[in-house]
Amino acid sequence: MSVLGEPGTKEVLSLDELEAAGGLRTGRKHILSILVENKPGVLTRITGLFTRRGFNIDTLAVGPTDDETISRITLTLDGAKHPIDQVTKQLHKLVNVLKIRDLEPEETLARELALFKISADGAGRAEVMQICEIFRAKVVDVSKRSLVVEVTGTYSKIEAFERLVRPFGLIEMARTGEIAISRGRSET
Amino acid sequence: MRAVDALMECLKAEGVDVVFGLPGGANLPTYDAFYDAGIRHILVRHEAGGGHAAEGYAKATGKVGVSLGTSGPGATNLVTPICDAMMDSVPVVFLTGQVRTELLGTDGFQEADTIGITMPIVKHSFMIQHPLELPRSLHEAFHIARTGRPGPVVVDIPQDLSRADIPYEPVTDVHLPGYQPTTDGNQKQIRLAAKALANANRPVIYAGGGVVNANAAGELTELVLSDRFPITCTVMGLGAFPAPHEQWLGMLGMHGTRAANYAMDEADLIVAIGARFDDRITGKLAEFAPRAKFIHIDIDPAEISKNVPAHIPIVGDAKNIVPRLTAEYRALAAEPSRLEEWWTRIRSWQERYPLGYEDSKDLEIKPQYMVQALYEATGGDAIVSSDVGQHQMWTAQYFHFNRPRRWINSGGLGTMGFGLPAAMGAKVGCPDETVVCVAGDGSVQMNMQELATCAQEGIAIKVFVMNNGYLGMVRQWQELFWDKRYSHVDMGQWPDFVKVAEAYGATGMRFEDKRTLVSDMKEALATEGPVLVDVRVTREENTYPMIPAGQPARDMVG
Repeated sequence: MSVLGEPGTKEVLSLDELEAAGGLRTGRKHILSILVENKPGVLTRITGLFTRRGFNIDTLAVGPTDDETISRITLTLDGAKHPIDQVTKQLHKLVNVLKIRDLEPEETLARELALFKISADGAGRAEVMQICEIFRAKVVDVSKRSLVVEVTGTYSKIEAFERLVRPFGLIEMARTGEIAISRGRSET
Repeated sequence: MRAVDALMECLKAEGVDVVFGLPGGANLPTYDAFYDAGIRHILVRHEAGGGHAAEGYAKATGKVGVSLGTSGPGATNLVTPICDAMMDSVPVVFLTGQVRTELLGTDGFQEADTIGITMPIVKHSFMIQHPLELPRSLHEAFHIARTGRPGPVVVDIPQDLSRADIPYEPVTDVHLPGYQPTTDGNQKQIRLAAKALANANRPVIYAGGGVVNANAAGELTELVLSDRFPITCTVMGLGAFPAPHEQWLGMLGMHGTRAANYAMDEADLIVAIGARFDDRITGKLAEFAPRAKFIHIDIDPAEISKNVPAHIPIVGDAKNIVPRLTAEYRALAAEPSRLEEWWTRIRSWQERYPLGYEDSKDLEIKPQYMVQALYEATGGDAIVSSDVGQHQMWTAQYFHFNRPRRWINSGGLGTMGFGLPAAMGAKVGCPDETVVCVAGDGSVQMNMQELATCAQEGIAIKVFVMNNGYLGMVRQWQELFWDKRYSHVDMGQWPDFVKVAEAYGATGMRFEDKRTLVSDMKEALATEGPVLVDVRVTREENTYPMIPAGQPARDMVG
């Protein structure tokens, strides 16, 4: 039996044991929608809390809301349900945090914007354009040897698009991270 | 008026009668305001001493402590007290100086990102960005520090902003939409908890520092006495229930009594009040109290089910919840005889495993006896602070605290060097009380400089150094778990504490004979001004009993 971090435990720990003890990225994906006061340092307080509790943020998007004193932070992360509860409770303790929703995937509209720079000379170009058509992606820049394509959609749609265009030569890619809002009349 | 003069008005409006601090370049304007503000300022010798003094003051009085430091190193020296206050939920407002706004981010002289450095260890912090913000932020800082689960709040004030001329209007309200602590416990949950208590055959009440913070010791005692409930407290909760008492099991946890730990192990219902299931309490978490259901009362919802899943969580202020629980329980008129068997079991542990040690055959002072002698010399009527280590655990075991706010120690962070400055702060807050510090010879050297502050200000604390010439607790672990490879724990006979005390303008004494120890201690307590006593104790004594780290409670040793 290994007891990590106890000074009374003499056994030398293997790297595998250490990794197993830190293995938090196991559960389903969570989308947290967090309303915060629009004050300096708020984002640092939130990201700092995640670091301290040993969580990795997968995506993070910050922007204004209809109220200029309030910003919305949407972040996604992977985790077992229990520690996520712990993190939302800890987040609630931050004085500048006004509201947190751990959004249920079925009741949530989540969208992400991505820009892909794809090498597209010769024969491949038409095929890339065809994929864009299917994904309702928009070509926003064209040069002799490349295309820049704008795609919006769910995380998995963008993943799928990436998989399809990668063979043509993906030069680079930029993604915003998901933003989300709840379905129906009630506020997120 | 200048923003700093407004700051003084705010401090007065908050009822601050004393602050602990050290000036520097960036807080010169603040210190200019202190010159004739009419607020007592105690000049400490190191900011950490001032921070711990503010904690000691807050713990002893229940009021918000205030500690000041300048920018850069002044602020970084406060990091340990800030973290300590966070871990033990101590209400302290830390006012730090900051470089002029034009220098921010330029690596200016004595610049440090105080807000960034302290962010993970504060309840909240304010970086003043406009002089007009200062009064409101300060009041918000006090409000946040003292309400809900108390904690440290940092207010960082750039030097130029503090000099600005502002129109000052008293702030009478605070507006914090994101900060609304729940104080009122849910009635349905309380009723459920009362029923669970009435149905329990092997209940234990497990109280922590939250009860002390909530000023709910009286309410807790009523609950415990509403039936023959066994009660145990964490190291932070000692004094929340008057010890000794026939329902008192002693402290629980790593160095708690066997009766308390075994009772937790066999309990069918545990009522946790203002306690957080720290690893020093639970031992091996998977085997902690395996038969028990848990009622968890805490003002901080994040503590509920953090380490141990609660069956009946109740979020709120213990002072609000506990009396209601007592009333609900009384109304059920449960049959007290159902606890007979449980008490028979507990009494058998108490008789079989009392706290004890083997006394020396000669004049040598055993460390446990030193605490017993101090209890006798003070008649138990003293505020006692401690540092961290063996002496802390022996004091917790052998000094019976019968009132809250009389035992002042660093439980969560385990900060060596806490005891002496904390005693200083406690004495300033409670000048008519006897205030003693039981220190370790290792710990005390970490903030011994505050003896000069005590001498200058006439703060008559009595420090008893339990001197075994070792970093004793580390030595004990090396003896028990690391094959007696005593690596860098021997402190030898340095320094000469009597001479150190005298050099600082305090009285120095040395006690080595157990036969006269009680009367010697009485003499030290009766001596005017600050006193530091070098009490020579057995060099290699271990703190028992003990739950070896990571083991379940029933595997206690010693």
